[in-house]
Amino acid sequence: MRTVLALIVTVLALWQGVIWLAGMPPFLLPSPISVAEALWINRAEITRHAGYTLAEVALGFVLGSALGAALAVAMGFSAKLTAVLRPILTFSQTIPVFALAPILTLWLGFGMAPKIAVTVLIVFFPVCSAFLDGLARTPQAALDLAQVMGASRGRIMRHLRIPAALPYLATGLRLAAVYAPIGAVIGEWVGGARGLGALMIHANGRMKTDLVFAALLVLSVMTVVFARLVAIAVARLWRRYAV
Amino acid sequence: MSAAAIVRGRAWVGDTALFAPVDLELGTTGWTCLLGPSGVGKSTILRLIAGLETGARFEGRVETNRPVALMAQDPGLIGWLDVTGNVTLGARLRGENPDPARAETLIKAVGLADRAHHLPSNLSGGQRQRVALARTLFEDRPLVLLDEPFSALDARTRAQMQDLSAHLLDGRTVLLVTHDPAEAARLGDRIVLLREDGLTEWSVPTRRPDAAARPYDAPEVLALQADLMRGMMA
Repeated sequence: MRTVLALIVTVLALWQGVIWLAGMPPFLLPSPISVAEALWINRAEITRHAGYTLAEVALGFVLGSALGAALAVAMGFSAKLTAVLRPILTFSQTIPVFALAPILTLWLGFGMAPKIAVTVLIVFFPVCSAFLDGLARTPQAALDLAQVMGASRGRIMRHLRIPAALPYLATGLRLAAVYAPIGAVIGEWVGGARGLGALMIHANGRMKTDLVFAALLVLSVMTVVFARLVAIAVARLWRRYAV
Repeated sequence: MSAAAIVRGRAWVGDTALFAPVDLELGTTGWTCLLGPSGVGKSTILRLIAGLETGARFEGRVETNRPVALMAQDPGLIGWLDVTGNVTLGARLRGENPDPARAETLIKAVGLADRAHHLPSNLSGGQRQRVALARTLFEDRPLVLLDEPFSALDARTRAQMQDLSAHLLDGRTVLLVTHDPAEAARLGDRIVLLREDGLTEWSVPTRRPDAAARPYDAPEVLALQADLMRGMMA
């Protein structure tokens, strides 16, 4: 904790030092103090926008995780389905979400829907991919036993493969939680007037760089807290499996 | 079919023959030990009887007329289930309600009564194989397939597990796959040696005591062990 504080103070001092020495105008690089001021003056507006973004992130994360996990289980059941879907999934990740966001806005309007859709697109892949890896790694000894014991494929999935893959799912979820806010913000950049992304674009257009930095700071803190909460929730859920 | 299981044929891995044509008939009672060096295809024969994937191409006939239970070198315990949960795994995997009283009796029989709610990670290697034995007994199958179940244990624990298994599996047909001549000499009612040139039936001079393993230090057991070792080296 003390090293983190020391690091923050050092960065702030360097930041302020650069401004003093180079004489940077505030619209290019605002000072830490002016960012703090912008944060305080616009606290109501920033909080409102952060609330929208957080709602999009949470909804997108839940939907995207559910979709990714369900897809992984379906693919875990069928090698044929995996053979068909895996290239499609990989292909879907080659299209930058930046390019998809305007199209999604065109289709889904300027409300929350396109932002959630972009978040889902970002979240489902790491979750699906990590979980699918886990489902393929059930210890062979346990699978042999299950087969000799006369277990059906469904029960093997439910009682052996899914529980054995939960640590992998947890890794996917923790990763997805860090990326989820990026999806929401990309959606907000493209269209609509709500959310931290929209606030940033708006402030940037009016050269209010201090407000852009303030919004960015809030977004970072929000992402760290969200990812931490997901990690804690995941750890608590899985603890009973002792894995 | 009077035999408990028949394996007749040959197996290849790629283009290489894994073993010469074999013809193994398991009787309906007692312990048959399939003894041989590693990599000669002992486990392949056992897995054929169990109906499991072998990784080899088999040409021939495999028949079994009774349900089997399996116990292998890797006890295959489920890390998130306690001892009781692992013992009753089969019932859960078949969608049946496990009988807790029977599980308790069997856990007691293998000497783990005070550890019924421990997780496998808190057990020693020998204790884990005891859980696997209780799980095998819980399955209550007439034909039991043992795939080198004791080979990862230390000598003393191995001898204790041999005694316990001979006692608790009494009355069932057992196929024990092992690379240890001492183990075959203690447990086999019938010993079959598997080498690259095929199966050799080995004569077993002394009868095994009822529901027990032969003493590990009896001269005739040590003599049989030496005889089997010579057979494996030949």
